[in-house]
Amino acid sequence: MYRFCLAGNPNSGKTTLFNGLTGSTAHVGNWPGVTVDKKEGIYRKCAEPIAIVDLPGIYSLSPYTQEEVIARNYILDEKPDCVINIIDATNLERNLYLTTQIMEIDVPVILALNMMDAVKKRGDKIDADELEKRLGLPVVEISALKGEGLDKLMERAYETCKKKREGKTVIENTALKHLIGDIKIALEGHGVKNPMFHAVKLVELDELEVLMHKETVNMVEAFKKTHNDKTFGDDFEALIADARYKYITKYFSPTLKRKNEEKFVVTPSDKADKILTHKIWGFPIFLVILFAIFHLTFSENLFFLGGVLPEGFGKLEGTLFEGVFVGDSGINSLGVMLMGVVEVLTGLVSELVGGWLSSSPEWVSGLICDGVLGGIFAILGFLPQILVLFLFFSILEDSGYMARIAFILDRALKKFGLSGRAFLPMIMGFGCSVPAMINTRTLADEKEKLATVRVIPFFSCGAKLPILTAVAGGIVSYFGVGNVDFITYGMYILGIATALIAVILMRETTLKGETPPFIMELPAYHAPQVKNLIMLLWDKAKHFIQKAFTIILASTIVIWVISHFDFSWNYLTDEQMELSILAGFGKLIQPLFTPVGFGSQLKAFGWVFAVAAITGLIAKENVVSTLGTLAACIGAAAIDVEVDGGVGAVSAMIQATGVTLPALLAFIAFNMTTIPCFAAVAAAKGEMASKSKFNWTLLFWVATSYIVSSAVYLIGTAWWTAFIYLAVLVVAFVVIKLYNKKRFAKEK
Amino acid sequence: MVKTLDKFAIGESGKVISVSGERKIKRRLYDMGITNGADIYLRKKAPLGDPIEVTVRSYELSLRNSEAACITMEVTPNV
Repeated sequence: MYRFCLAGNPNSGKTTLFNGLTGSTAHVGNWPGVTVDKKEGIYRKCAEPIAIVDLPGIYSLSPYTQEEVIARNYILDEKPDCVINIIDATNLERNLYLTTQIMEIDVPVILALNMMDAVKKRGDKIDADELEKRLGLPVVEISALKGEGLDKLMERAYETCKKKREGKTVIENTALKHLIGDIKIALEGHGVKNPMFHAVKLVELDELEVLMHKETVNMVEAFKKTHNDKTFGDDFEALIADARYKYITKYFSPTLKRKNEEKFVVTPSDKADKILTHKIWGFPIFLVILFAIFHLTFSENLFFLGGVLPEGFGKLEGTLFEGVFVGDSGINSLGVMLMGVVEVLTGLVSELVGGWLSSSPEWVSGLICDGVLGGIFAILGFLPQILVLFLFFSILEDSGYMARIAFILDRALKKFGLSGRAFLPMIMGFGCSVPAMINTRTLADEKEKLATVRVIPFFSCGAKLPILTAVAGGIVSYFGVGNVDFITYGMYILGIATALIAVILMRETTLKGETPPFIMELPAYHAPQVKNLIMLLWDKAKHFIQKAFTIILASTIVIWVISHFDFSWNYLTDEQMELSILAGFGKLIQPLFTPVGFGSQLKAFGWVFAVAAITGLIAKENVVSTLGTLAACIGAAAIDVEVDGGVGAVSAMIQATGVTLPALLAFIAFNMTTIPCFAAVAAAKGEMASKSKFNWTLLFWVATSYIVSSAVYLIGTAWWTAFIYLAVLVVAFVVIKLYNKKRFAKEK
Repeated sequence: MVKTLDKFAIGESGKVISVSGERKIKRRLYDMGITNGADIYLRKKAPLGDPIEVTVRSYELSLRNSEAACITMEVTPNV
């Protein structure tokens, strides 16, 4: 089967083109050894099926970012039959810069001139035939968005791939040209494949190339001397980049006829930016958008209309969907509505299965209804909100606004030793740590990336939200103080504060380094692609459901079994749980939690918090469902976590254990800042270069959660201890600063 | 007049004369189209004065003042 790959700049419509070509055959994997997405699919409308591989979006084939190295090695080593180079026609010069590098490789290349509609809309014209002539490569006009020209593109690519092509360079500078020519001939003599590409890169003294062809570096230096030319400085990278752009502006740019000859035209995007990145309004607008996203995902009183709705409006009382769309407090948000629908459906299944199993032995129906179905449904219930949140963030990203957020916030983040780009993965942490951690690959700097991955779990994810709402709900309903939203919000802030302090500490000590550069394109705003969003969400949903049916299902069954059998494997009813294996283990580790308020100081049932915290390590969704199971066990009437979100379970726990309010807050803080779920741990591991970094990360999470939750407990119990913590923090900062200053002076 | 890009005021434009600085940063600037002779227009500064947004080769690029300081420019007089 022929294999074509897609290469192009970020924001050039590559994903849309890929989805248009491959449709439902697409699947997402990983590039070997790294965590950058590798998307593959099949195009079926040609004479024979063609495999399509989507390379990461890149601006250049330089050796400085992971994405560039992946793309470059793929084209060089995997030898695709054809490279489809997608070009954003509204941004011709910079896009063709990559083309001038790809065409140096001995591989058939075809250009897909995308976004021609936008060019025409501006009143500009591109002479594609002329461009084809001048490039010596086939050029096809397409609109990835409307799906126009794709078949023609593939048809011509299919013809192109059958013809061998030799690498060509556009570098015209005479001396440079001769130098490259000589090196190319020498490389050919050595039997090196892709001699043109390697010759150019060797002249640049490209880091990867120098490593690969150590023996030829001296030869290159010798050639450079023989071609001693006064136009040569010592910066060959600059010379070559310059030569490429000169050629592009001289020969390719004239194929573009502009309606507006002015150099710096004000586009609609610029107009939008006038407001969205405004000096004063930019930041408040961002906060409002962020609030709106969370409101639309989690609110049970949409647009605060609860008070003005007529009594019983839209509640569908007496129907299956009672309270799903409009609840007691008001209209539900999209996330809550979907969650309600899922709950209704899973409730029906539970009832049905319960009916079938009514005559089977008690432990069988218990295992299946409570253990298996109960666990799975509790988790599926969270899926809608996670997906809705992910959808909103994807819209922000696709529309181009995310880049502006980075732009607005870069200065503030620089204070913490991070770039504005680190903000995106962190805020995605509010949805799910897994994609957030994978997203850290956009950070070029290893240390910045590591610091970001480590603090992402502190940005409380969607699966941790039920812990927050359940415990906060329990606090409000049992102690009658505070307000659920207030406590939830406060804990979110605590997580963010922990993350920021941790980042500063790491960037000043173990992960010291320069703040990475912020040379970033601000892409033109555009409407997000519904198809791309659906594919992305489908992919996320698939992963989540896979996780639910594997890791979480397995752990739920294990927990159910160890909570319903004693050490001599006798079946226990819910009421006898105190005798179970799990309770025994909980009691064993209970003293470890004394400094954080839910250890030895609690009454007989104190072990439930220890057990819930442990099951939370498997998946955060388990914390509340475990509390629910255990609440039923320790005497509270059967409590359905799905109905009240675990509030009843927590209230029952408070009554049974005598746990204090500060200890409950510490319990939330502990679960928020400790080792995240298995899936996130695996994702974090994948983003780390070495095993020891990963082990230190695990230790870091345990230590942080212990410190933060004990601080919450102590300060909540005796407020003045806040000053002790503050003093310790200040002293720590001063000591580190002084130490760094001293070391810096020494190095000098 | 010659000055580095970080010294530009909003609305000023000019031509690149030279790019200096660390190799990685320099290469990134070249790759993004900031090469000798390129026209750059300073469109905007972020709310806190840093980073800045410029138009180069008809697209928008953001970079920090510290990175803009690597770019020496010949200021185009406003007509």
